[in-house]
Amino acid sequence: MFNINFYEAAVRSKVYINGAACISAQKASGNSSFFEEIQSTADNVFWAVEPDYTKLIPAASARRMAKGVKMSVAASKMAIDNAETSILDAIIIGTGLGCKIDSDKFVSAIIDSSEEFLTPTPFIQSTHNTVAGQIALGMKCTGYNNTYVHGSVSFESALLDAKLQLENNEAASILVGGVDELTEHTLKIHEKIKHIKFERIDSSQLLRSKSEGTIFGEGASFFITSNQKNINCYAELAAIEIINTLSVENLPNNLEAFLKANDLHVDEIDLAVLGNNGDAKFDVYFHTLADGMLNKINRIYYKHLCGEFFTASAFGFWLASKILKLQIIPEVAKMGEIAPSEIKNILLYNQYRGENHSFVLLKKC
Amino acid sequence: MSDLKQELKAKIIEQLNLEDVTISEIDDNDSLFGDGLGLDSIDALELIVMLDKDYGIRLSDPKEGKKIFESVQVMADYIEANRTK
Amino acid sequence: MGKGVAITGMGIISAIGINTEENFQALIHKKNGISKIELLDTAHKNEIMVGEIKLTNAQLEAPLDLPSNNNYTRTAMLGSIAAKQAISNANIFNISKYRTGLVSSTSVGGMDMTEKYFYDYLSESDSQKYITSHPAGDSTQKIAEQLGISQSLVTTISTACSSAANAIMLGARLIKAGKLDRVIVGGTDSLSKFTINGFKTLMILSDTHSAPFDENRNGLNLGEGAAYLVLESDEIVEKEHKKVLAYVKGYGNANDAFHQTASSENGDGATLAMEKALKVAGMLPSQIDYVNVHGTATGNNDLSEGRALIRVFGNTIPGFSSTKAFTGHTLAAAGAVEAVFSVLALQHNIIFPNLNFETPMKEFHLLPQTETKNKELNAVLSNSFGFGGNCSTLIFTKQP
Repeated sequence: MFNINFYEAAVRSKVYINGAACISAQKASGNSSFFEEIQSTADNVFWAVEPDYTKLIPAASARRMAKGVKMSVAASKMAIDNAETSILDAIIIGTGLGCKIDSDKFVSAIIDSSEEFLTPTPFIQSTHNTVAGQIALGMKCTGYNNTYVHGSVSFESALLDAKLQLENNEAASILVGGVDELTEHTLKIHEKIKHIKFERIDSSQLLRSKSEGTIFGEGASFFITSNQKNINCYAELAAIEIINTLSVENLPNNLEAFLKANDLHVDEIDLAVLGNNGDAKFDVYFHTLADGMLNKINRIYYKHLCGEFFTASAFGFWLASKILKLQIIPEVAKMGEIAPSEIKNILLYNQYRGENHSFVLLKKC
Repeated sequence: MSDLKQELKAKIIEQLNLEDVTISEIDDNDSLFGDGLGLDSIDALELIVMLDKDYGIRLSDPKEGKKIFESVQVMADYIEANRTK
Repeated sequence: MGKGVAITGMGIISAIGINTEENFQALIHKKNGISKIELLDTAHKNEIMVGEIKLTNAQLEAPLDLPSNNNYTRTAMLGSIAAKQAISNANIFNISKYRTGLVSSTSVGGMDMTEKYFYDYLSESDSQKYITSHPAGDSTQKIAEQLGISQSLVTTISTACSSAANAIMLGARLIKAGKLDRVIVGGTDSLSKFTINGFKTLMILSDTHSAPFDENRNGLNLGEGAAYLVLESDEIVEKEHKKVLAYVKGYGNANDAFHQTASSENGDGATLAMEKALKVAGMLPSQIDYVNVHGTATGNNDLSEGRALIRVFGNTIPGFSSTKAFTGHTLAAAGAVEAVFSVLALQHNIIFPNLNFETPMKEFHLLPQTETKNKELNAVLSNSFGFGGNCSTLIFTKQP
């Protein structure tokens, strides 16, 4: 009598993106412009351009928030406004490194002060689920609340969780976000191990680089997902696949299996959004698809616009959602010539340093 | 004494990141928590560290802070009476 | 009938034992694992009591047979040890025979190495191999490698002290949705200066043995550990004639939306989480035979959780106990550690004792189980709450 059998439901609901907002290094933040002006960097790092928070976050709550939390709270509000909704059943966040600013602050204080006179704020704020908790607290949202922290599939894990709940009608509207913030320490140590390129390059030339490593970035991309399509609908989230390890050789079969599971032939993909980051060592994954299976498919990339970070793929997801809605492909993102035609199906593929691969399929709604 | 109160106000603003508050806005007898300055339990923990670090006063129970941090005036009186540095 | 989620194996390493049997024996014989800090190098060594696993990193590393240049953190090693036990306990010899995923959890990931080498990372040195061990997902990737899980769904959850409960929940949902046939779920956390100093700034660390649900409780003992469970679908259980230890019958996740670190006075989030779990399980509160409470022994948690218990169960509160006075609070791992204890309780029909309880709290008359008690158990409810208002509840049953 009490048994709620979500999983036996005859029809699984479709999942839609009804609202979106992105804070990144580009001024295309929010929803007002779409790459009318391009920011580039020559320092191998893209810092996110922050919006005016005064209208988005009460001063009393903002005073303890580091950049990542502020960007997230702001982006979540913008996404909610964009979807013209006020009801949220769940909040699910993906963040690869979590609240790194406060984490670095607390670790260095422990060492510098020999464990004396430490204050609680950086510790409290360093917790990986600070973002999800702060958003819930700010909105008084007592629903499901979760945080995924798994490298470059942190955001996709959050998406997958949301999709499972929406499909099975456990929830009707879910806020899903991807966020990461940079610190000077993060930059310095990743330069040491060559995850950031040694030589300085211009971000617009990212894919021409022949060296190992990439350029780093940060940002927050938030979405309202729902099993009800609204008038603002960006896209239908058709499928997500997360794969921990994958060899270059096995990549094509895995993509094929993913498409097959979703009744799609490769020719039906109108646009592929690839996570190339200019790392000569690992971009071979993307090249394998670009030179092979996706050779005849229109392709775009985005990490020359936002930099690499564990949730950079959420920026790619925002870009793809926006493209589906506007039916415009920003010139700056194109890889080669793209013939204009209707965009119905977009495939996203990302991986970082050969690990934590993801396929995402978005459809026009 | 009034120097100490000024000092405390400046420290409270800085340590607790009260960006939109100025020293002149805090009255000696304003309540720091609740309706006054609106501080909360995390701020109380921050102030406990400040007492320890700057004035050599160590509290073992956070509940003791409640009375001590009632206002800048009460705080200053307590520090004057108990400081070890 | 909906799809069942069977638990077919489990593994654990904690301050009270390096395997399931040792943990069980300690629990029934009231042998706690709380001590002064011996292995971790911290200024607070003599001030606090913790649940420390008395094995050095070198001792943990030995059975894992790792290359000498490995960059396993203590968190990754503890996790690997417990997860391997779980696989072996479930008699899994060919892990890729079925679609198998891993959902792990951790609070601070590779912080144990980061806090050691934070500044060393900046100069050329051997320590730099640990830079990539810092992100929370790293320990999970390593555990997957240890288990031979490749080309599969592997992810990590971090919701502070409720992390592993959420990992178990996601695993159960992935099986119910038919996304995977088998999911290894759990959590791992090692003691670190970061968490010790962090909890110290909150002034909630006990200088003695913690006393959950006691009027005179004075804070928690931190602990370290890892625990993993193997969840399998009905199809695998049937095909392989698997022995089922218990079922994940219900789960609920809610947010208290009250305060960043403290629980609401009346346990709103905790109440919601328990109610949701009962609803998903299709059970009435009266069908719960034992509650393994979160029970950290902080002033705030036990009061809030106690009130939530009264709200959910009314006047007939089932036997309950906190096992944290045995293991210490193992943070992200706690939900999995206590899931293993809940399954052990079901298997042996035993309610584990709540150590160090003497005086009932003045706000209500709640008496935890203080002695090992034999009782027929069919359903056990386990709570895990964390910072950020995260509240999660799991229900384990004997029957599907």
